[in-house]
Amino acid sequence: MAPRKILSASAGTTRRSMLKGIAAIGASTAATGFPGFTRFARAAGSDAPIRIGFQVHRTGIGATYGRWYERVTNAAARVINEMGGINGRPVEIVAEDDGTDPKRGAEVVGKLANQHRCDVAYGTLFSHVVIGSAPRAGELKIPYFVVSEGHHVASGMLNRYTLQPGITDVKSQVMAMAPFVAANLGRKVTMIFPDFAFGHNHRDFFSEAIAAQGGEVLARIAIPPTETSFTRYFAKIPRDTEVIYHVMVGPSVLTFVKEMGEFFGPSAPAIFGFIDSLEGVDLASPGLEFLEGSHFWEGMPRYEQPGDPDYVKFYREQVGLDANGASVDDPDDISANAHMFACWETLFTIKNGMERAGYRGPEDRAALIEAVEDIDIMPAGREHPQGPKVFNGLTHQAFGVQYISQVRNSRLEVQHVTAIKDGFYPDEVDYTKQPL
Amino acid sequence: MTQRILALHLGLIGLLFVLQFVLPPYHHDNIARIMVMAAYAMGYNLMFGYTGLLSLGHAMFFAAGMYGMGLSMQHAGFAAEAALAVGITAGFGLALGVGLLALRTTGVAFMIVTLMFAQALFLAILYFGPFTRGDEGFVIPLSARIFAGLRLSDPTIRYFAALALFALVLLAMLWLIRHPVGRVLIAIRENEERTRMLGYDTWRHKLFAVTASGTISGTAGAVYGLLFGYVGASFAEVPYSIFPLLWVLLGGAGTLVGPFIGTLFMFYLIDLASGVTDAYMLVVGVALLLLTLFAPRGIMGMLRERWLPWLP
Repeated sequence: MAPRKILSASAGTTRRSMLKGIAAIGASTAATGFPGFTRFARAAGSDAPIRIGFQVHRTGIGATYGRWYERVTNAAARVINEMGGINGRPVEIVAEDDGTDPKRGAEVVGKLANQHRCDVAYGTLFSHVVIGSAPRAGELKIPYFVVSEGHHVASGMLNRYTLQPGITDVKSQVMAMAPFVAANLGRKVTMIFPDFAFGHNHRDFFSEAIAAQGGEVLARIAIPPTETSFTRYFAKIPRDTEVIYHVMVGPSVLTFVKEMGEFFGPSAPAIFGFIDSLEGVDLASPGLEFLEGSHFWEGMPRYEQPGDPDYVKFYREQVGLDANGASVDDPDDISANAHMFACWETLFTIKNGMERAGYRGPEDRAALIEAVEDIDIMPAGREHPQGPKVFNGLTHQAFGVQYISQVRNSRLEVQHVTAIKDGFYPDEVDYTKQPL
Repeated sequence: MTQRILALHLGLIGLLFVLQFVLPPYHHDNIARIMVMAAYAMGYNLMFGYTGLLSLGHAMFFAAGMYGMGLSMQHAGFAAEAALAVGITAGFGLALGVGLLALRTTGVAFMIVTLMFAQALFLAILYFGPFTRGDEGFVIPLSARIFAGLRLSDPTIRYFAALALFALVLLAMLWLIRHPVGRVLIAIRENEERTRMLGYDTWRHKLFAVTASGTISGTAGAVYGLLFGYVGASFAEVPYSIFPLLWVLLGGAGTLVGPFIGTLFMFYLIDLASGVTDAYMLVVGVALLLLTLFAPRGIMGMLRERWLPWLP
């Protein structure tokens, strides 16, 4: 089933109308529910900090994302504390590097729970680390809020203590892209993807979604993760391809784009990609000129957009982003803004859940899980600057709007905002049936 | 002499038994993990420390055991006992096959061949993603982690299961290296030509070492997956081939207790250093350099050289 309550938006929603809606919800939230910048009102019995264990990818393959995840986490914690904390108690972030390794990830969850005495664990991005760590969180019965976009939570693979309330999953993202691609770019698609789970997810979910739009995938070109040269794969692209859908990731992505440009020259089909390929990479980098005019999925726009609502400006200011989505301290330090907003939103969801549950300490962890499961609508605003969301308490997965941007003058300009319902799919699990 | 050796090894097992009752939860879990990984390192030590065969691809055996166990549960619905048997058999079968092929080479070529086999297995796990869940891996559900009626996710049972594996491998290794076959393996390490000249079939002995080493490593992989509930391709990657080499070198190659000491030392070096600085891998690197400079035979190797010449 779809999430229990649907924050509806039509499939044909324009960015302007969506922003108006988002702004309206944000304004009402600010008027009614936002606690304001009060200092800590002491909770009965304890003023000790709420300790949020942050499993961060400081080293290993996830380090580019991890650096920005940490900045956003610290910014959100600071804002929450300025607002009065959670239940009147300050929030303390306890960070531990997991080396982007699932074995170490499981150890870190144990360390956060048993040694640092954290109330919850949070922040994991890479899917294999989430999947490797979640069993430990389930054994320890510590709420584990992941920020991964993997389909692993909603697929039912994990357990009741693992939740993903701050970011949509890849299945939802891919499904939401299909209507735009079919209507605006073309219906005959060739997919180029890395030959591992991330690419396979795109291959499977998008093939299904584009077929539902009356389109078809002409060719599925899987590229081995060790590949460094791509020209021979481009020769496999059928001539009648209208759209190339690419999700290459890793350091070879610049070579991939450059060689694709050399192969097609000026007569290329339409190109659609996921910004995952280029998170942390400046779009003005030499070799990326070929992407001019192409379209990208973005979880949240990297570049400042005309008409950005105040809460988006607030978020960017607090995180320290300039108009190009780089650090205000270093214009060459490009952010991972399509994903990292989810750290901010997840922390505010933890706050919301703890306040609903009247959370006092680890003895209330089960009540916290139930309180978060009970959240359904998450309106856009300072707490959810990416946009409005609905949370499915049965599958522990958030659903939200997606942004489709076009590269113009080496910047990404938002062209379309999808409706939340574009990303809905039938439930695959009901975690509430599992005992706490 | 024998009594001292027995006392040392049984004493270590006894100490680990007692620790179960006194360790705080975090370290309790850590020691359980360390014991399983030490069993893996002891398997590696049989091949490298005692036979002189340097493998750079041992993760393939660990992963073979882990995936043999996990896939048989996931796709065939095997119970934990049968799945463990499949995992051990997978480690044994792969080790026998790799041994038959890789032992046609020696020295650097042997290292490269083992590395390539391990990479082939890793890429096969990715390639057969719909079956193996690729790089993401998969979870062994709590309900499936029950062995002989015992819930392996329970901290105490898990600790004792890890201790049972560790003790079994340690005592088997103690028996083996004092057995004539073990003596021949050590002779091969010291001088293969001379051992052959003495009439021993060194190729068969080396094949035995590779197969036994791979089987122990595969068993450790299968047990790790069962105890901790995750099966993933990262365990087949190059770092998990290098780790046992480092653990064995740190603890003392060719010593029985060395792999455990090395695994313990490395785990806590990373764990403690990461609490002090983000550059903890630099701290680890410096510690390794210092050990290499001042204790080139590893911790237990140094002890044997200076004070405990009877140490096996």
